[in-house]
Parts: sequence; structure tokens; C-alpha cells
Amino acid sequence: MKIKLNIWKQANAKAKGKFEKYELDDVDAEMSFLEMLDSLNEKLIKEGKEPVAFEHDCHEAICGCCSLYINGHPHGPGKETATCQVHMRSFKDGDTITVEPWRAKSFPVLKDLMVDRNAFDKLMAAGGFISIDAGQAPDANANLVGKIDADKAFDAAACIGCGACVAACKNSSATLFVAAKVSQLALLPQGKVEAKRRALNMVAKMDELGFGSCTNTGACEVECPKGIGIDFIAKLNREYLCASFSEAE
Amino acid sequence: MSKLDAKIPKGPLAEKWSKYKATQKLVSPNNRKKLDIIVVGTGIAGAPAAASLAEMGYNVKVFCFQDSARRAHSVAAQGGINAARNNKNDGDSVYRLFYDMIKGGDYRAREANVYRAAEVSSDIIDQLTAQGVPFAREYGGTLANRTFGGVQVSRTNYAQGQTGQQVLLGGYSALKRQVALGKAKMFSRQQMLDVVVIDGKARGIITRNLVTGEIERHAAHAVVLATGGYGTIYYLSTLAVQSNGSAAMQAFRKGAFFGNPSFIQIHPTCIPVLNEYQSKLTLMSESLRNDGRIWVPKAEGDKRKAKEIPDEERDYFLERRYPAFGNLVPRDVASRAAKERCDNGFGVGKTGLAVFLDFRDAVAKQGKKVIKNKYGNLFAMYEKITGDSPYETPMMIYPAGHYTMGGLWVDYNLMTTIPGLFAIGEANFSEHGANRLGASALMQGAGDGYFIAPYTVSNYLADEISNKVPSTDSPEFVEAEKNVKAVLDKFLSINGTKTASSFHKRLGHIMWTYAGMQRNAEGLKKASEMIAELKKEFWNDLKIPGKTDEINQELEKASRVADFIDLAELIVTDALNRKESCGAHFREESRTEGGEAMRIDDKYSFVAAWEYQGEDKEPKLHKEDLKFENIEVKVRSYK
Ligand SMILES: Cc1cc2nc3c(=O)[nH]c(=O)nc-3n(C[C@H](O)[C@H](O)[C@H](O)COP(=O)(O)OP(=O)(O)OC[C@H]3O[C@@H](n4cnc5c(N)ncnc54)[C@H](O)[C@@H]3O)c2cc1C
Ligand code: SF4
Ligand code: FES
Repeated sequence: MKIKLNIWKQANAKAKGKFEKYELDDVDAEMSFLEMLDSLNEKLIKEGKEPVAFEHDCHEAICGCCSLYINGHPHGPGKETATCQVHMRSFKDGDTITVEPWRAKSFPVLKDLMVDRNAFDKLMAAGGFISIDAGQAPDANANLVGKIDADKAFDAAACIGCGACVAACKNSSATLFVAAKVSQLALLPQGKVEAKRRALNMVAKMDELGFGSCTNTGACEVECPKGIGIDFIAKLNREYLCASFSEAE
Repeated sequence: MSKLDAKIPKGPLAEKWSKYKATQKLVSPNNRKKLDIIVVGTGIAGAPAAASLAEMGYNVKVFCFQDSARRAHSVAAQGGINAARNNKNDGDSVYRLFYDMIKGGDYRAREANVYRAAEVSSDIIDQLTAQGVPFAREYGGTLANRTFGGVQVSRTNYAQGQTGQQVLLGGYSALKRQVALGKAKMFSRQQMLDVVVIDGKARGIITRNLVTGEIERHAAHAVVLATGGYGTIYYLSTLAVQSNGSAAMQAFRKGAFFGNPSFIQIHPTCIPVLNEYQSKLTLMSESLRNDGRIWVPKAEGDKRKAKEIPDEERDYFLERRYPAFGNLVPRDVASRAAKERCDNGFGVGKTGLAVFLDFRDAVAKQGKKVIKNKYGNLFAMYEKITGDSPYETPMMIYPAGHYTMGGLWVDYNLMTTIPGLFAIGEANFSEHGANRLGASALMQGAGDGYFIAPYTVSNYLADEISNKVPSTDSPEFVEAEKNVKAVLDKFLSINGTKTASSFHKRLGHIMWTYAGMQRNAEGLKKASEMIAELKKEFWNDLKIPGKTDEINQELEKASRVADFIDLAELIVTDALNRKESCGAHFREESRTEGGEAMRIDDKYSFVAAWEYQGEDKEPKLHKEDLKFENIEVKVRSYK
């Protein structure tokens, strides 16, 4: 099939970007979206033109590298789908597809469709861990974890750190990402000791890094490729409030 | 005389590691802060190693090429992580795990290392749990376990089908904590381009900053490589597309021996190649073979839909050939059997390079709900990629390159033949012999990182306390940087007509055809000639756009492909040399009358460790003889 592409091109972080138009005449419906971009790049290089920079690695919706804003949606069409799982059969012959990078103040564009998501690493360093050195761990069965809590913690832990929630949010808030981590660790007995400190520090860091605040629009939940729900945001709010009160005491 | 000394501690197998720990050299907490360590790689081996060494008080610099440490390829592991905890009261023990790994590896692994890996396996689960990894639990709150191929006990811990992600995030969060404490410094988006060796010892690395293009020099007292496997040599594989063999090749060229490079596991159940543009093959977990039945039509070239082929016209070839194990034969056996059917014209699908994995009977017997509970996420993933629902129509699967048992040769200290250069995780050759059992790679990587490297690296550093970190202006750094830059400039100056990916694709095709699931002398020799020609063409007709001092993904690819080409030569040399079949390495010349793999123990019971001899020169073979003192060497049979 024939596809027209409208792709954001930006030489580097400082440069001004703009949309470039490309056309592909020979797109196979079985191709993945990323393979379609590969074939575009092969063509551009052969023609002596600049290829389009974009990120991808696992192609299995688990590493969180891929991060394309396709036709106005982070990760493009499809529910609970990462960019690397989008296939060309989701489009029709003759379609025009607009591809942009994540847009958020805390995720500056590095080149074309690549952004800097280092702010997520900084959020994690602010408290997304349990303080335990290798060698100190008690027996894994010493703390019993009920199946329901373990499964719920897993649901939160399934976050791949892609940043689609930030890209989807009109406030560019990272609340869903932080909520997922805070909830995962607060649901487990081994994570409870530091739960208050974690919630306070991660939320403070989020503000410091320039992420916006959460106004409960729910856009993040809709676009999250892993189906992380905003009920975790409610859990974060509880943890945070609780921690703030005990802090004030 | 060979220079190889595995430095295996004396004494009974079960006491070696505790004796090592009790008698090794130590570095006092006060001195640790004077010592710098570089860790390259943040997978399930690298992240824990970096975090644990930083926790001890060393200064750690950590590198990865992704934008975040959390994206290392370990994140994609699905099925689980083994531990000899005997949680199910089903007779598991450290010895049994050791035994299963030695046998599964077809008696080509070193006893002492394998035993130690089994010994620390249980501590890993404790550590990861303490870090917040939500392993699956029973209703009562205790750990849940599942069974994996090739064994008779339930020792696999898991977090749904995303075990790799969860355990990696455990190590990653520990690393982030050390970053926050200032003990570890993270360098992401950095591609290592060389190891710097000074006075015979590894003293640093050269990297390219992938954002600015700047070439950087980093010095340390020791360097730990945790750079993963090179299954991407086949271009199409189950690995993440940026996985590579470059760091190992850089170390090889600087004098580190390469162990068993040709031992590459081909996984039987992957989604087959669907089109010529494909860049990646997706694994469908081994666990599916518990309920799925593998078959092809009895009639050659039968193009009917699966549903239209009645049972008596189906060939359940694994059940037919291996009645005792049926669909649950080990990976190498299952892969070869599928290839044999397809090569003879019985394959299915558009390309004829696929076999059916059918859940019809399982759904009929157990109900859709039960099957969905077990495999729901895998079925959904399959449907997303192919558009077909495995509840309705059988999956189509085909083998794909998956895991490299080969890697940098290391001794008991996990140190390569370059003093001060360590290799851990999939990057080393050690624990899996000629074939790896499911759920034991995460176990080995995490064991290396959390519980082995911290001891053995300390043991090495104890003699380095009085040595200062070398200046990055020393001639060895200057020279290494100059060479690295020359190669990068060369890539850009060729200005030919073909892209780096196109060379990778062609190399992959050669390797898959002649050095894949089945190998013979004639084919391997042909491959060697073809690789040499491809190499020439690569260096004369490569086209890389852009500049070196900017983000340039094509340049990154070119340097990976250049290393793959040299690594391919090495793999073929090793495969040619080993004229026996063992594990994943199947030499057609060495099979039993029934067509099964035939080991030749009196000639090949050794680790092949290859030493670099210079550009385009045949590497030199060193043999580490394998002694089996605690296990009886037998023929593997699954009939
Ligand atoms: C699809 C799939 C499923 C699997 N499932 C399982 C399973 O269920 N159980 C199991 O036990 N095993 C499984 N495995 C195997 C297992 O995942 C790997 O063997 C293991 O994760 C490797 O870990 P590692 O730390 O050695 O390397 P990796 O996780 O590959 O990490 C490599 C690191 O090195 C860095 N790196 C590499 N080269 C450079 C360079 N030149 N410069 C800078 N940095 C570099 C990368 O950035 C990365 O951080 C699976 C493998 C695959 C492919
Ligand atoms: S919460 Fe969802 S959208 Fe946000 S980073 Fe995690 S996986 Fe991505
Ligand atoms: S490429 Fe890894 S999540 Fe898409």
C-alpha cells in the first residue's frame, strides 16, 4: 500500500524542528510500524538523505524504548499497545500518518523523534527503591505476601517507563509513573518501612524536574501501553497525604 | 604449554566456594573508596554487580548504550528464574540443579562454576524479593513455582510472563539507590568502543557519547563486562535489535580468550519470519509446549488450512520421534526436528518455514478459561503480531537464534585472561556448556552480579590498593582513542552504496544457513569464504550518512556490524574445529545411526578458548580440559 508520512525532523536539542513529508509506495500490511520506518530510512540513506532518528530495541513492548506520537496518540492506534506492536494493517492504503516525538518540558527532544527521558531515572533515584544491601536479605518466605497483594503489586510494577503517560497528559505530569512505583512498593510488606519517605521524595522530585501536576483527566490511563490504571494515583494520593500528616506531627 | 588456568579452588565440590570466601584477599572498607571500578552493562548481571560493589564502598562507573539502565535486554526475559530452594518438597537440591545444568549442557561446562551458580541461586530470590520484586505467590503468601523443560522438579520462580522485567527492575532500583548516594555514577547512551590495557592489566575503556558523539576516556582499577549475548549475529533473533558482540570482540582483540564461540542456542518456539523487512523474531515461551502439540501435515506441500487437515493426516513429529519426552524434548532437539520437517518440504505457512503449535486438544480438554489463565498474555502477544488467535487456529512457530552459551573465557574468579578484566552474565562462556536450560540465564547473571563478582573483584583489587588509577592521558589511552576515531572516520569516508543493516542481514543469512542449527565441514568452509568476501565488500561499499559528532544511529550500527563480521569468522572457526555434535552444536558428520547427535568425549571434552593473533589471522586454540569428578558422563537420550 501507499503511505504518506509527516514526520518531525529536528537536528538536535537546540535546533528548531519542522515537519518533513515522505512517501512510501510499497508498504506491506504485515510490516510493523518500526519496520516501515526502517524501510523509509534504508531508502533515504540510499538517496543520500538524512535518515529519521527514532528509538527502539526489544520490539516486544517491554523495554520502553519506543516512543512515537502517532496521529495524535502516544504509541499510536490500539489499546494497551506500544509503538513496537503497531502494525501497518492498522492503516489504509493512501493514509497520511503524522509522527512526532513525546512533547513535554521534562523530556527535551534530542533529535527527530528521540527525547531525553533521563528525568524518569532521576525520579527513581529519588526513592523508587527499597534500601537493602546485597547480603542482608531475609528469606523470601519469611514475609508472606498474599496472592492478591502480590498480583496487584505486579500490575503496578508492569510499567515499562516509556513516558507515554507524560506525553498524553495536557499538564505533562508524571503522576501515573510515580504512582505505579509508589503503589508497587507500598503494597509489599518489605516496601512499607520506607513508604512515607518514598512518596514524599518522589512527589517533590517530580515538581523539581518540571513535570506538571495531576488534574485527574485520565488521559494517561487511556494511552498507557501496560494498562496501568489511575486507581494507583488514588493510592499514591493516600500514601502522600498520610505521609504529609505524619511529617507535620 | 597453554596459558589457561581456571584457578579452581582445591577441595570437595560443595566446599570450594565457602572455602574461597573464607580465605580470599579482602579490601578494608577504608581502602575501598580509593578504588574505582567500571561496569559496562546494566542487565541482570551488570546492574546488580554495580549496585553491590557500590554498596561495599567502591567507586563505580556504570555504562549502557540505552537511554536508561532499565532497558537492558534482560528486561525481555519471560518465563522465570531458577533456584534450588526445594519449595515444593519435591527433592530439589543444590546438587540436583548442578546435575541438571551439567547434563542439560551436554557435559561441556566446568563443574566448579556450575555448582557455585546452583549454590547461590536461593540467595538471589531472597535478595530480589527484599528489593521489591513481586514474584508470584500462592494464596497463603509463600512463593509459587513452575516447571521448566529438561528437569523433573518445580524450581522456577516467576512474575507472570515478565520475570526478566521484574528482576531487572530489582537490580536497577538498587543501582539507582547507589546513584542517589553518590557511590555509583551512571553513564547511559554511551557505546564502549575499546578496552584499555596498561602493563598487561585492564585499566579503562574508550566510549562514544551517543548524544554528542564525543569520544571519552574512562580509567579504573578494574573493568567488569556485563554486555550480554551476541545471538543477533543471525540478524533475526529473539534478542533486542541493538544487542551485540562488540565489547567481547574488543576484549578479544586486546588479548582476552573467547570460549566456545560457536555454542549458540536456537529456540524452537518463535514466531516465524513473516516478511523480508522483518527486523526481529518474537519468542513464544517454552512453557507453551506443556499444552501445545507440534505438528506438520503428513503430505508434502499440503497447503490446506490447519482446521481442514484431519488428525490421521497430521504428523505429530516430536511425539512420533521421541515418545518418552514428546513435545517436551530439550530446545536443541525440538529445533532440529522442526527444521528437518521444513527442509524436506513439510513446513506450513506462506514461506513453508514454520510448523504448527496446536492448542485444539488442550482447549477441548481443559476449557478456554484454563488455557487463557496459563497463556493469556502470550496468546495476546501472538495475536498482536500475526493477527491470528491461537484459541481458534494453531500458532505457527519456527526456531530462532536465542542465547549464546559461548562468550569470553573466564576462570573461577570470572576474570578473563586479561588481569583486571572480568566478564559476567551472558557475556562470559561459563555455566551452560553446549546448551542452556530454561530459566537459568537470569539465575546465572544475577548470581554473578550479586554474589560472586563482589567477592572475586575484591580479591583482585586487594593487590591494587597502592596503585593509583592511571591518568587518561597515558599513551595507552591516547593510542586507543586514536584507533577508535580512525575506525569511525573510516566508516564515514567509505561513502559506498550499501547500508549497515543490509550487511548485517546478509551476514545473518550466511550464519543461519551454514552455522545455525545444523553444521557440516563443507558448509562451514563455504561460510568462511562468504564472510571474508562480505567483509571486503563492507569496508569498500558501506554507506553511513551524517557526521561523527552528533547522534548518528547508522554509525552505531556500522560499528556493531563490523564486529559481528569478525565474530562470525571466529564462530565458524570454532564450529569447524569441533567435529562432534554436542548440545546446540550439531555437526552432521557426527550422529548416531538413528540420526541423533553424537558427542565424542575422548576427543572433545574441553572448552575451546581462542586467542587473537592479529587482523585476518587464524586465532590460536587453547584447550581447557573438562574433568567430571562429581557426575557420571552419559549419553543424552530423549527417545
Ligand atoms: C526473549 C528472551 C527471553 C528470555 N527468557 C529467559 C527466561 O525466562 N529465563 C532466563 O533465565 N533467561 C531468559 N533469557 C535469557 C536472559 O534474558 C539473558 O541471558 C540475560 O538477561 C542476559 O543478561 P546480561 O545482564 O548478561 O545482558 P543484557 O541484559 O543483554 O545486558 C547487556 C547490557 O550491556 C550493555 N552493553 C552491551 N554492549 C555495550 C557496549 N558496547 N557499550 C555499552 N554498553 C553495552 C547494554 O546497554 C546492556 O545494559 C531470555 C532471553 C530472550 C532473548
Ligand atoms: S505508567 Fe504506562 S505510560 Fe507511564 S511510563 Fe509506565 S508504562 Fe509508560
Ligand atoms: S521497542 Fe521495547 S517497548 Fe517498544
